[in-house]
Parts: sequence; C-alpha cells; structure tokens
Amino acid sequence: MALLEIKDLHATVGEREILKGIDLTVNAGEVHAIMGPNGSGKSTLAQVLAGRELYTVTAGQVTYQGKDLLELAPEDRARAGIFLAFQYPVEIPGVSNMYFLKAALNTIRKSQGLEELDAFDFLTMVRDKMTLMNMDQTLLNRPVNTGFSGGEKKRNEIFQMAVLEPKLAVLDETDSGLDIDALKLVAHGVNTMRSPERSMIVVTHYQRLLDYIVPDFVHVLSGGRIVKSGGKELALQLEKEGYAGLGIADDEEAA
Amino acid sequence: MSAVAVETGQWLAEFTQQAAVAPWMQALRERAFQRFAELGFPTTHDEEWRFTNVAPIARAHFANAPATAKLTDAPAAAEPGVAEKYLGKLASFGDNAFVALNTAFLGEVAVIQAPHGAMLEKPIRIDYTATDAAHTAPRTLIVVGADAHCTIVESYSGTGRYFTNAVTEIVAGDRAVVDHYKVQREDEAAFHVATMQVQLGRSANFTTHSISLGGALVRNDVNVLLAEGTEATVNGLYIVNGTQHVDNHTSIDHAQPHGTSHELYKGILDGRSSAVFNGRILVRKDAQKTDSKQTNKNLVLSDDAVIDTKPELQILADDVRCTHGATIGQLDAEALFYLQSRGIGKRQARSLLTYAFAQDVIDRIRVADLREQLEKFLFEKFHEHAQ
Repeated sequence: MALLEIKDLHATVGEREILKGIDLTVNAGEVHAIMGPNGSGKSTLAQVLAGRELYTVTAGQVTYQGKDLLELAPEDRARAGIFLAFQYPVEIPGVSNMYFLKAALNTIRKSQGLEELDAFDFLTMVRDKMTLMNMDQTLLNRPVNTGFSGGEKKRNEIFQMAVLEPKLAVLDETDSGLDIDALKLVAHGVNTMRSPERSMIVVTHYQRLLDYIVPDFVHVLSGGRIVKSGGKELALQLEKEGYAGLGIADDEEAA
Repeated sequence: MSAVAVETGQWLAEFTQQAAVAPWMQALRERAFQRFAELGFPTTHDEEWRFTNVAPIARAHFANAPATAKLTDAPAAAEPGVAEKYLGKLASFGDNAFVALNTAFLGEVAVIQAPHGAMLEKPIRIDYTATDAAHTAPRTLIVVGADAHCTIVESYSGTGRYFTNAVTEIVAGDRAVVDHYKVQREDEAAFHVATMQVQLGRSANFTTHSISLGGALVRNDVNVLLAEGTEATVNGLYIVNGTQHVDNHTSIDHAQPHGTSHELYKGILDGRSSAVFNGRILVRKDAQKTDSKQTNKNLVLSDDAVIDTKPELQILADDVRCTHGATIGQLDAEALFYLQSRGIGKRQARSLLTYAFAQDVIDRIRVADLREQLEKFLFEKFHEHAQ
C-alpha cells in the first residue's frame, strides 16, 4: 500500500483554481521532487497536504496510510506523521523555540501513546540533532524564528523535522534564500533522515537542491497539473534546457 | 438643581464628616472640593472622556473610608514637610474632577522618600485594599532624590462594588533611576480611577508599567514631564473580558531637548469588553533632538469587544524623531497554522499565542517575583480560556 496517494486533486484560493487535477503516489522510503515555475502550484500542493485552511479542495482525494487525509485537522495530520518544512517559517514572538518544540513533540508523543518528556529528557534528546544542524543552544531559548536569519530559519525547520521524526516530510522550497554552505548543511540534515520508513516530497524551483538531495522521482508541475514525471535525470534535463525546453514559461504568474 | 449639583451634593456630607487634618491640608482639601463642585463629574461630551462614561460612578453612593497603604521594604520615614511641599503641586486639580475629589479627601498619604544618592535595592511595595461599598482616595507621594535609585510596586485590589480614586505623584531628581509598576487587580464589580503625575529631572531614567486586569470601569491617566536628556519608558498591559471597560490615557511631555520616550501599550479584549487608548505626546518648541516612539497593539478575541485607540501628537520642535503606530487584530492565522502543523491543537495554539502577546510586556518587568506572579496568572487565565 502506498503511503500517500493523491488522485485528481483540485484546489482553489478564493475564486482562483490553482491545482487542476494532481495525481501522485508516494511509497514508503521514496523521495519525490516536485519542480515547476513560479505560480505552477508547487507551494499550494505542499500547504494543502499540511491542511492550510486558506485553500479549498474542490475535487479529488488524498489517502494517507489508507485513510482520508483531507478529513483531518492540521494538528491531526502532524500527529499522524506529516511534517511541512515551511518556505517562509513564521515568527512567533513571545514563545520560546524550546517551549514550542517541546509542546509539539509531547502532543505528538501523547497521540502515539508515548510518555511526555520533561525539560531535561527533551534537552538530552535534541542535543545530537542540534549538533547535526549546527544549531547553537541559544537558538532554543529565543522566540520561535524571531530575529533569525534566513539560513537560521531554514535550519530550524529541518531541526524540528529531525526532532519530530515524521513519516512524510514535505519540504517547501527549503533551498530558497540559502547560500551554498547553508544549502549543504540543510541537505546533509535531510539526507541523514532518509530511511526506508520515511518518505519525502521536495518542492523546488531550481535543480541545485537536487544535487545534494538526490530524488528517486522528479515531477514537473505546470498550470496546476503534473505534466512530466521521470527519474533524477529529468532534473538534469531541466537544468540544461530550462522549463522552456519542456514548452513551459518560467514564470506562470507573470504569463 | 442641576445634575452636577445633585451628584456633587452627595459628596458634601462625606466631605464634611472627615476627620480633622493639619491646617495646610485642610485648606488644600477645601480648595479641591470647591473645584470638584464646580467641575462635576465629566461626561462623554468632554473630549478627554468621550469613550468612558462615568455615570455609574456619579450615580452610585459610596461611604468614604480612609485609604491605608500597606508598605513593605519602605525606606526610613520621609523628612518632615515633604508632603506639604509637594502635595497638590504636581497633580493639578484645576481641570480634573477626579484629582480634585481625591485631593478633597486627603488624609493618610503614603510618602516614600529615597534620599539623594540612595541605592534602594529591594522593591518598595505599596498595597491598597478596598472593601465593599467604600470610597477610598489613595494618595501616594514618591520623592526620589538626585542620583538615587529605587523600584516601586503599587498594587490595588479589593472585594465588592467599591470606588477607588487614586492619585500618585512622583518627583525624581537629576540622574535618578526609578523603576515603577502599578498592578490593578480590583474586583470585577469595582470602579477604579487613577492619575499618576510624574516629574523627572535632567538625565533621569524612569520606567513605568501599568498592568490593568480587574475592575468593571477603569480609567488610568499617566502624565510624565521630562527634562533635558531624560529617558522615560511608559508601558502598559490591559486584559479585559465580560463587560469590563478600561481606559488608558497617557501624556508624555517633552519640555526640554534630548529627551527620549518609549511607549508600548498592549491590550487583550474578549467578550463584550471595551478599551480605550489615548496616547498624547507633546514635544515643545525647545525640545529639539527628542526621540519618541509610541506603540499600541490590541488583540481582539471576540466579535463584540470594542477598542478605541488614538495617538495625539503635538510636535512644535523641528529636529525630532517621533513615531507612533497602533494595531487592532485577531490572532495571526499564519502563526496558528504553523503551531497546528507541528501537532499543537487549535485551542492550545490560540491560548499559546494569546499568552505570547502579553508575554512581550511581562518580559520587560524587572522585579522577578512580580513577573513570575503575573506569568502564572496569565498562564492560568489563558489556559482556562483555551478549554
């Protein structure tokens, strides 16, 4: 049984239809890259999977672990093992990163019938993951993403992913705004978490990220549909020929 | 008889029945009562009281009771004559009926004096507790000498439906450092009106936090006068629910050059509550190089709560930096989604964000046990709200 099965998914924001029939199957352990020009619907797909209320699903089905995903509230999706690494991580002044992540981890653990961790056990547990992401302990005591640099925010996303250990990670343009060193660090963090039990959907505009996170499958999204699917070589073809090589405008928003 | 005469007439009996005081204080009382009788209680036609209707106070009858402050860690008794020297000279009753009424009922005055150069490390606590059906006129005078440092925590609480009409006067000398807090946790049936008048010396550093949590009808006036190079931080937090009404009027007067003022007021409104923020900043002609920033942020959790916020900037100098901003909003939908996407339930996420909104002000409180006490209070309050 596939971990995630998307069938003919349509979604709108306001009056505008953005997803116009997406079909995608992700099996356990697979890494799927979703590429596409600006405005093609990549980020919408990522947010719909996480349960953002801004988008309305008008048709189609999403099955996760054999259950209807679209019925679940965002927090229930997270508890079921779905994790979205945000393109623009949200700043939350007044809530410390540590309090936030401990609360998140404990609600997820509780839903899985595991014991909640106290502050000491939590710190012991996250120490290695902080080292992995080259995160300073002071970042834990600061308010969530507040005053973080772009690179720190993205690292914080992957760090959260490492702590929450999802079954399906959706990375939304995790490479945007990163210099090459930060990109390598983030990719290393992601690669460390690859396992036969964990699937990933990596959404990106550029092929660059896929040099470091090598996908099993590549899908090209255009006009709210997947127009081409292939192996990792498809990303290389895109790199060489651009979206124009597939007959797609590079910026559909402007087009 | 006019409405004003009827309302003030009820106070005459209480006024004349007061215990005797020193002749100078009696003379001050009499002038103040006369002024109160002339002014009467303000109405909503009065610009300063447009959004706050004090008719419930004017119509009610309260029995006058002495306002006795419980002082903790106060320095040695003030020099004789300090009260006579300052009382009534800082907080003017010329055009404020409530200050006039408070002055007309002068009796026990809590006088705190920090001598020249004194370093008072322990926070000085001034607690006022009111009882049902009583009118009290708490009067606090804080005189901080040049180069002295002190921390003051004023608290107001009580039980029942009563009327507390407080006046606090603070005068700080040159280079004095004063960290002041006012915590208003009155009964939710009570009326609370308070004026704080602050006069600061050259290069003095003054911080005040007004935390307003209780009361049915609350009005806080904070008036701060700066001198050359003075730095003033005027912060506030108000949290109202049910049918509570809280009105915060602040006035920051930059009379001299090189003054700095920072002002942050945050409010959380739920139920059918209402709040007013009116922030006046005056930069006088000579107050060049003034740096002033005012922010008022409101979090509105229900459809029926009402907030009126108004900056009032009068800038008469030309080489100054003054900024102001006000926001009224609901919980940030993106932040809610972010928390939910990490497994945190919607209710818990809402309470966490509400708590965080207030935390921003609470974090600035430098008296550790006060900060912890308020954190605990807020945590329980919003945890409850989330259920």
